[in-house]
Amino acid sequence: MASYSTSEFKGGLKLMLDGDPCSIIENEIVKPGKGQAFNRVKLRNLMTGRVIERTFKSGESVEGADVMEMDLQYLYNDGEFWHFMDNDTFEQYSADARSLGDNAKWLKEQDLCTVTLWNGTPIIVEPPNFVILAITETDPGLKGDTSGGGGKPATLETGAVVRVPLFVQIGEVIKVDTRTGEYVSRAKEE
Amino acid sequence: MSGAADWRPAAPLERLRERAALLAGIRDFFLRAGVLEVETPVCSVGANTDPHIESMATRYRGPGAARGVTLYLHTSPEFAMKRLLAAGSGPIYQICRVFRDGEAGRLHNPEFTMLEWYRPGFDHHRLIDEVAALLSHLLPRPLPVQRISYGELFQRELGVDPHVSTADRLRALAVAQGIGGAQALDLTDRDAWLDLLMSHCIEPGLGRGTLCFVYDYPASQASLARIARDGTHPVAERFELYMEGVELANGFHELADPLEQRHRFEADLERREGAGLPRMPMDERLLAALEAGLPSCAGVALGVDRLLMCLCGARHIEQVLAFPLERA
Repeated sequence: MASYSTSEFKGGLKLMLDGDPCSIIENEIVKPGKGQAFNRVKLRNLMTGRVIERTFKSGESVEGADVMEMDLQYLYNDGEFWHFMDNDTFEQYSADARSLGDNAKWLKEQDLCTVTLWNGTPIIVEPPNFVILAITETDPGLKGDTSGGGGKPATLETGAVVRVPLFVQIGEVIKVDTRTGEYVSRAKEE
Repeated sequence: MSGAADWRPAAPLERLRERAALLAGIRDFFLRAGVLEVETPVCSVGANTDPHIESMATRYRGPGAARGVTLYLHTSPEFAMKRLLAAGSGPIYQICRVFRDGEAGRLHNPEFTMLEWYRPGFDHHRLIDEVAALLSHLLPRPLPVQRISYGELFQRELGVDPHVSTADRLRALAVAQGIGGAQALDLTDRDAWLDLLMSHCIEPGLGRGTLCFVYDYPASQASLARIARDGTHPVAERFELYMEGVELANGFHELADPLEQRHRFEADLERREGAGLPRMPMDERLLAALEAGLPSCAGVALGVDRLLMCLCGARHIEQVLAFPLERA
């Protein structure tokens, strides 16, 4: 993997730091009129999600990280790994629980996910912003209440639990925003 | 950098009117003070030898230089202005674009506007008074003025003496202060560690609601300033002005000794060579002018774009430039 000089630093550039791939969030040049110049950099550690600050001497080179993002189709979970496929090449990738984290609860077979690969291995799996899922369990609630006020918990086919309006019932299909975990609307199964 | 979408100025037109008013205010101040406005060449055969400043170069070919000659774009008009002082100009000022390779960021654009002036008969403390007077002329309301020596500042903020602390002690301090990656930084000299601590731990808090003048730098950071040897430690008779955490100006009680000046240029060139940087031709005409006699004087350079940023609360230098690097 190539090295990058500090003058190539910019938001989104992927670097190796302490053995982990990191992505630059912010890069500030700090230079006195007379004196040593530094790059003061804010990065996200892609393995832990943590934001770190690092100062480099300007002109220094840092090893790049072989990181790329791909849209992959979710195939199935074998109990240990989640399997994905590149629809163009049909190449398959398996992601572990750490790379999915809390996102596992939104994954429905055939949905297209954004997967970040480091050296060809998935390290971050992000579900689509909106998913369409069926309700498998919810309190029947009061018949005739269509106001939607209040709401109730509903368990979805993937195991996620979201708050839904009172009028939504078991077996119905709803649209959920995965970034906020909130119910958006009722949906027609596609 | 190409394409039609970015033909428009980066700064709003209102900002450019504020810039024009600022320049008019500066000229008004110096007209009343009896300081002469001058212009000197942007392109010169001599260049800045400072290992931390990179010059841009261009070429001229034609009458006077049939085979072509390399000319360096000035990084400040200092050398030429000192030649005018040696020729008996009296107090002078200049507002001009200066150029520095490799400098682009929130507070840097590779070409920027500098106000530089020289006062025969002044030392750096008297020039601080005049910088403060200029700023109270330019600011909507005057700000309180703070003065603190570099030594006192490091004592107060970090509890170290910057004149004697070793590089190892300063590295340990940088690590203790939580500067990310400090442990791994490959900095060769004490001054680089001082620059690191100054820029990360001290500078951001300087000049909050005040004009903060820091004076008497370590002798190793003298640049083109005189060194005073009558105190506990030798100190460079320099000052810097900070406003809202931003370095605005850099002033010297100017070195006038031609031999000492030549030694400093040579030391710069040695450090450049050690760092693998290109050798720069030293300005022999400046040395000749010092030989002829530079009047005892103090001089200061002030970043006009940064001053405008402070005046209008801009966070990025491109918000005060019509066409920053990306649109030039």
